[in-house]
Amino acid sequence: MTTVPQRRSLPGFLIALKNIVAFLLRSPTSTFGLAVLALLILTAILAPFIATHDPYVQALGNVLQPPGADHLFGTDELGRDIFSRLVYGARITLTIIFLVSIIVGPIGLIIGTSAGYLGGKFDTVMMRITDIFLSFPSLILSLAFVAALGPSLNNAIIAIALTSWPPIARLARAEAMTFRNADYIAAARLQGASTSRIIIKSIMPMCLPSVLIRLTLNMATVILTAAGLGFLGLGAQPPMPEWGAMIATGRRYMLDSWWLVTFPGISILSVSLAFNLLGDGLRDALDPKQMNRR
Amino acid sequence: MDKTILDVQNLRIRYAGSPTEAVRGVSFTLGRERLGIVGESGSGKSTVGRALLRLLPGASITADRLRFEDLDLLALKEREMLKVRGRRMSMILQDPKFSLNPIRRVGDQVAETYLRHFKCSRREAHDKTIAMLEAVKIRDAERVFKQYPHEISGGMGQRVMIAMMLLADPDLVIADEPTSALDVTVRLQVLTILDSLVRDRGIGLIMISHDLNLVRNFCDRVLIMYAGNVVETLKASELDQAQHPYTQGLLAAQPRIGGPRQPLAVLDRKPEWLKEQA
Amino acid sequence: MLFSRLRLAGVAGQLGSIAVTLLGLLMLTFFIGRLMPADPVRAIVGEDATRETYEQVYTSLGLDRPLYEQFIYYLGDVMTGDFGTSIRTGQPVIEDILQVMPATIELATFAIIIGAVLGVSMGVLAAVNKDRWPDHIVRVFSLFGHSMPIFWTGMIALIIFYAHLGLVGGSGRMDQFYIGLVDDRTGFLLIDSLLAGETDVFWSALNHLILPAALLGYSSSAYITRMTRSFMLDQLGQEYVTTARVKGLSQRQTIWLHAFGNIRVQLVTIIALAYGSLLEGAVLIETVFAWPGFGQYLTSNLIIGDMNAVMTCVLIVGVIFIGLNLLSDILYRIFDPRTR
Repeated sequence: MTTVPQRRSLPGFLIALKNIVAFLLRSPTSTFGLAVLALLILTAILAPFIATHDPYVQALGNVLQPPGADHLFGTDELGRDIFSRLVYGARITLTIIFLVSIIVGPIGLIIGTSAGYLGGKFDTVMMRITDIFLSFPSLILSLAFVAALGPSLNNAIIAIALTSWPPIARLARAEAMTFRNADYIAAARLQGASTSRIIIKSIMPMCLPSVLIRLTLNMATVILTAAGLGFLGLGAQPPMPEWGAMIATGRRYMLDSWWLVTFPGISILSVSLAFNLLGDGLRDALDPKQMNRR
Repeated sequence: MDKTILDVQNLRIRYAGSPTEAVRGVSFTLGRERLGIVGESGSGKSTVGRALLRLLPGASITADRLRFEDLDLLALKEREMLKVRGRRMSMILQDPKFSLNPIRRVGDQVAETYLRHFKCSRREAHDKTIAMLEAVKIRDAERVFKQYPHEISGGMGQRVMIAMMLLADPDLVIADEPTSALDVTVRLQVLTILDSLVRDRGIGLIMISHDLNLVRNFCDRVLIMYAGNVVETLKASELDQAQHPYTQGLLAAQPRIGGPRQPLAVLDRKPEWLKEQA
Repeated sequence: MLFSRLRLAGVAGQLGSIAVTLLGLLMLTFFIGRLMPADPVRAIVGEDATRETYEQVYTSLGLDRPLYEQFIYYLGDVMTGDFGTSIRTGQPVIEDILQVMPATIELATFAIIIGAVLGVSMGVLAAVNKDRWPDHIVRVFSLFGHSMPIFWTGMIALIIFYAHLGLVGGSGRMDQFYIGLVDDRTGFLLIDSLLAGETDVFWSALNHLILPAALLGYSSSAYITRMTRSFMLDQLGQEYVTTARVKGLSQRQTIWLHAFGNIRVQLVTIIALAYGSLLEGAVLIETVFAWPGFGQYLTSNLIIGDMNAVMTCVLIVGVIFIGLNLLSDILYRIFDPRTR
């Protein structure tokens, strides 16, 4: 019986999603965001078909070639095709986004909903811990974690995840507190549902939509942090075609061979801009005050 | 009724993004008298007041005629309008809790009206303000001058508001529900102060209200608005001879001391009232 | 009197919760430090030390004791201002950091001034023109600044403004041949050069500062713009704004003389927070511009794995963040007449 709210909320959630997408498509900036993301996903999936060269094969007789017919975006200091590396780099970016989301989402959701529903000491302690994490800029804390764990793409992802769950937990807690005293929760409790069952079956599904949206909003920061770590040599290691790391190696040649840093930078910029525009649109779509005014 | 100050013919207002007009063809004239505009929420009475001051950003305002003294209000540039607002036409807003700037001293806010429209020293503006605060029966005006809005009571706040709006000696004052937000006990006091100042200075007054009794006592003439239209115009003293069923309904819905002890009449609304008055 | 005592009580309560957060901060940095796979003893004694030396150092570092005891020792050290010694320079870490800090503060302060002026004016412009084209342009422009990878924009800006146009200085805080010309008095080069009467150095320093500061400021202006816009929209819907207009004030006067005063306090708060996040961008931009500040110190130690230095840097950023939060709270109490 406790699944009633869930069964009701699921189709409602899908309808809401449809409405949100429809709303987003009305604004040119959000549409741009959606389009870039679609492009990113397609590129990542179809990378072998889109890439014109093997991203790892070096051609030392053909280094630092400017953009041209052979090499759309030119070649790097080892003669690798930059366009193909960018295409494969989309897979890395998408991996980061995906992994961070599936780590941060559940952690934030579980901690937040438990703290919000249980209240009391557990809540106080948990919120104090999020406070501590929130008192660092996320890049600095990620730097510290990566320094301790050792530089690699996986550790960068772990570090970013470790630093980005607190805002999610905060949000889930606030939501959970509004549902805590709802009648259907009381009904579930009277029927003898256990605390964990109430949290998992009744509270979490209700908090899920806003958590998902908040995750989207955070993605721009995640991408920039990952690129920053890659740039500092603490994220993906060579020869992986990670965009931030590509900029770092291209830096030495930037005055004569501008294409080495320009194209990876534009890629990072477009994806993070896409998430920001999308997030901005979502904020409007979900703000009831804004909705009424339009 | 002597010289006409305000002449409104067929005023129509439509808010941005709204499919229907909020005010649909309102006409009236005003001399140096006190005119009441009465109607329920959403009847467009406040919108008329703000349109006269041209303070409806984004709304489209049209009229066959919108004359204020020698000015065509619709043709006036915004720069010229700045010299009209506060100086020749002003408006008393509803709730001093919200209509006074919370972080500026009361006196400075009142004096600002004077400084905006007259070239004078701060000292002179200060003296004028103190005199005006005393005119609205504020004792210890010097102390109130230095206080912040959250430190004074609602009745006091509304008297400050009156002082602010009458300081530059305008010819027309619009009072938009001037006492609705106040305690019942101070309403009469505030209204009496406003009334005597308006009479002494020969200022034209438009009193916007939903309170028929109040308007009957403090106005010469009453305009009854319903759904953006004026349904009837009457002398305040002849309100009991109202012809329109809506006005009659409003009157019947007023409780009266010593009246019959039956349930009050409930207004009924007829769709044909929505049609415009020719 | 009573009010001021209440205010003090509020601050005291806050100090209590700050103490708890600080303690947590120390715990976090301590445990991150212990996470590291590198062996701190090896780093000190070198690869070919004898077993005895190794054991001796191991014990003297307190590594044989349980973790909580080690933490208490760490706490005691921190309380007495001892953050350990940098492996690279052999100096106490805290001295190193104090030496590089002014360069970063100079950069960040310049940047926040640019960011605040840009952000506040764009935010007001957007609010006043809500849903019209200036609003949309401001939105895209500020989100763009928020989306750029600042280390990349820094490089592109160097290529354009320094290498091609020659408008600004390149890397570092001043031109090479000025280095060492001015005594270090405050550590702030702009001030030191003026104190020494070296206007050439001053202009050179300004020339080097302007590009990284502008980029940092632009990237931080997105947040300030968005908040200003939303604060301003709130105020513009208030009745006192109508009152001001009725009195005969123009829209511009109403905004700056009335509405702006009411968002000033909130603005101070968010600008203080934005200043904290600038440190994040500073880490990256200092690397690109070879700016000898805190960020470069942090990243160079990261790469060689000097954990004492890294953890102290992280701790200091945390303390600065908490301090800025407290500061904005105090400013709030001072500026708002309703809390007096």
